[in-house]
Amino acid sequence: MRVEEKQTTVDRETGSQTIGRSFEKVCEILDHHQRNPAMLIPILQAVQAEYRYLPKEALAYVATSLGLPPARVFGVATFYAHFALSPKGKYVIHVCDGTACHVKNSQGLVDAIRKRLGLSEDKHTTDDMLFTVETVSCVGACGLAPVAVINEAVHRQVSPQAGVAAIEKILESEEQA
Amino acid sequence: MKNGIEQPIAETMFVDGRELPIEGERNVLEIARKAGIDIPTFCYHSELSVYGACRLCLVEVEGRGVQASCSVAPEPGLRVKTNTRQVRDIRKISIELLLANHDMNCPTCVRSASCRLRELSERMGIEKLRYKAVHTPREIDRSAAALVRDPNKCVLCGDCVRACHEIQGVGAIDFAFRGAASAVVPAFCHNLDAVECVNCGLCATVCPTGALTPKPEIDSVWKDLDDPDTVVVAQMAPAVRVGLGEYFGMPAGTITTGEAVAALKAIGFDKVYDTAFTADMTVLEEGEEFLARFAGGGRLPLFTSCCPAWVKYAEQYHHELLPHLSSCKSPQQMFGTVARRVLPNHIPLDGKRLVVVAVMPCTAKKYEAKQEKFITDGQPDVDHVITTAELGLMLRQVGLKLDGLEPQSFDMPLGFKSGAGVIFGVSGGVTEAVLRYAVEKVHGAPPADVTFHEVRGEAGLREAAIQVDDVELRVAIVQGLANVRAIADQIRDGNCPYHLVEVMSCPGGCVCGAGQPHTFNPAARRLRTRAIYNSDKTLEFHKAQDNPELQRCYAEHFGEAGSHAAHQALHTAYRQRRRLHEIDLSVGSNGTADRVRVRVCVGTGCFLNGSQELLRQLIGHVERNGLEQRVAVSATFCMENCGHGANVSVNDTPIERCSLEDVCAAIETALASPPAAVPQL
Ligand code: SF4
Ligand code: SF4
Ligand code: FES
Ligand code: FES
Repeated sequence: MRVEEKQTTVDRETGSQTIGRSFEKVCEILDHHQRNPAMLIPILQAVQAEYRYLPKEALAYVATSLGLPPARVFGVATFYAHFALSPKGKYVIHVCDGTACHVKNSQGLVDAIRKRLGLSEDKHTTDDMLFTVETVSCVGACGLAPVAVINEAVHRQVSPQAGVAAIEKILESEEQA
Repeated sequence: MKNGIEQPIAETMFVDGRELPIEGERNVLEIARKAGIDIPTFCYHSELSVYGACRLCLVEVEGRGVQASCSVAPEPGLRVKTNTRQVRDIRKISIELLLANHDMNCPTCVRSASCRLRELSERMGIEKLRYKAVHTPREIDRSAAALVRDPNKCVLCGDCVRACHEIQGVGAIDFAFRGAASAVVPAFCHNLDAVECVNCGLCATVCPTGALTPKPEIDSVWKDLDDPDTVVVAQMAPAVRVGLGEYFGMPAGTITTGEAVAALKAIGFDKVYDTAFTADMTVLEEGEEFLARFAGGGRLPLFTSCCPAWVKYAEQYHHELLPHLSSCKSPQQMFGTVARRVLPNHIPLDGKRLVVVAVMPCTAKKYEAKQEKFITDGQPDVDHVITTAELGLMLRQVGLKLDGLEPQSFDMPLGFKSGAGVIFGVSGGVTEAVLRYAVEKVHGAPPADVTFHEVRGEAGLREAAIQVDDVELRVAIVQGLANVRAIADQIRDGNCPYHLVEVMSCPGGCVCGAGQPHTFNPAARRLRTRAIYNSDKTLEFHKAQDNPELQRCYAEHFGEAGSHAAHQALHTAYRQRRRLHEIDLSVGSNGTADRVRVRVCVGTGCFLNGSQELLRQLIGHVERNGLEQRVAVSATFCMENCGHGANVSVNDTPIERCSLEDVCAAIETALASPPAAVPQL
């Protein structure tokens, strides 16, 4: 039940933005919401949009600034599924494991992708921070089963081979970049 | 008013067909309990907000179906049934589901004798589990000095969460995660000793199971008792004498002072003394401190300092109040000091080690005794702290029963006390004890009556004004740390009317401490309190200053109360404490070792002194000058120097009241000097 004790420096993966601005952004978010504890959830959403996840240091800062116990802020951040407490990769792959996808072998798809990337049920993100693979329950596209969503783009009827091929393609484009 | 007689008609409702008056109860559950129907609950606690999650308190409300009785307001004419087949079935299923997810090592659980889950499963007649056990073991947190947190025993009732938040204003633990992973944890799943927990133990008092329990020290006490090269003495706190009996099934409020002394002797203690002796001493020291401040225009109000949970709370949340805190050590710690000074003259130690064991109604006292400032040359002033319940357990371990023991008296000289020292055990008692001293001093002669009824009572925040000749002494009594806030605000705004403020974290005071035998009896607080006041009445002296042994002790060792010698030995100092440990918010890119490390405090105190703006400007400065690769900036939470913000450190050198110019200059100096030498092998 430990939170991953990953190194959570803020600068990773913030694109062209410098870190200083990213910290400023948190202050701006807090100010924008008048440092009102009742606005905790919108504040966390905005902070996550900035960092792509919720580093515990940022949570502690938000708690201090709002005058809330850090345990409460941590509780809220861990309760809602759309908040992430560990950093995610540049490409977030959601494989649907709803009933429809499950019967169309979504498990085989997950296994193949994980195998290709050296991930497992417990390890969701590659060490180079390129990929995060997660299963989700039903994305509401059952007619297209099995479905995988890569950074918001929906891929339909993905066979294990097609899944791995999509990853190879991303890797290739990353190498060229 | 047809016949001219006005009859106040009591409002009533019906529980299982019985008509019951509605007398201000919050909900149907309280009405039923008043009528003697003990509807089972986990998540209901009369002093906390209603949570309504455990679904055990279900009843059938006519016209509305099955409802949680803790969440149904009483209404005239309402009819409820507490005992229908459906209600019984749902309750039973709820308990069965909890058991399926429970670590059922009951024989090794300290709470097995007072566990609500065990009791309810027996009451519901559960004989076997119909559901598959789904329990996955979680790590037990033994980090804190005062408490053990065993998540495997948690039923997620949330009582601890609400007690910590609502009554203590701390919020050190809270719900986290969801679904099957739900848990009650400190922030970030840190250990309890790395967060802002003040060790009050209230969470353990309200917990229905063994998920939060006082940390035991019995083994180390036995070890010292067994050691032939030790002389082991006990100090027993006032509240223990009115609590221990309950552990052996006696009614709440039974006074068992003599039996408890006999019990300690029976299990091998060489001498047994009374913490009330040093409580008397605290009265004199704190009384002198108070009078000096009162007469000399010193800082008022004076806050009491005998509750270590309160002291830690002040150190964490109210650095501005620290100069208001009495510098007196608590009676427990005073005893440690006095015992080591005085006892070698009374007991032949013959080169043996003197071991001081405190028997306390409290978990925070465990933490207090382990603080570095109370350890001299590796020797703690107080070696071990056991709770009232632990003493009870030690007796049972050797097969002793309390009522089978011939009462004995405390040993002299540190066993002699006045009633003033004894009433330290209840909320308002410290105030009353100090008043018995201060009023006599101000008036110049003993007061006609030594009872101050105006400071007694049950409210979380009470105030009283005592007129002494032409002087008015205004006091406030606080129980439950969340109630401190109102007074802290007054002090900040410069309109605090009080001269003396007593703070105890436990509602009811020490008699209701987390170290007392566990009870679900709501009357226990009143009965234990009454017993303490009765105990005062039966004593020869009621004012600390009349204690002849105390007078002798002062004359031989400390001079006058409030003297320099007394100050040296019996007083202490406080420090600011950060609430969260090991959390820094890095705002620079990944570091290499030889860079200048700048940390800016963004804790509450420094934030109010503009540290966030300073941090922004500093980041701007670093960027403008292209220093990102050479200067690593991070934000940190409290450098324990809150009154002097903004606090900054540059390569670990602290700068208080820091301006942008200050920090930039320090960075420049650091960049100019060669990197710190790496120690050569
Ligand atoms: S001991 Fe007190 S402060 Fe610590 S978690 Fe329990 S209730 Fe909160
Ligand atoms: S630790 Fe105890 S009081 Fe807290 S939620 Fe769990 S069972 Fe309830
Ligand atoms: S006591 Fe009513 S729901 Fe728990
Ligand atoms: S807030 Fe405590 S030192 Fe800054």
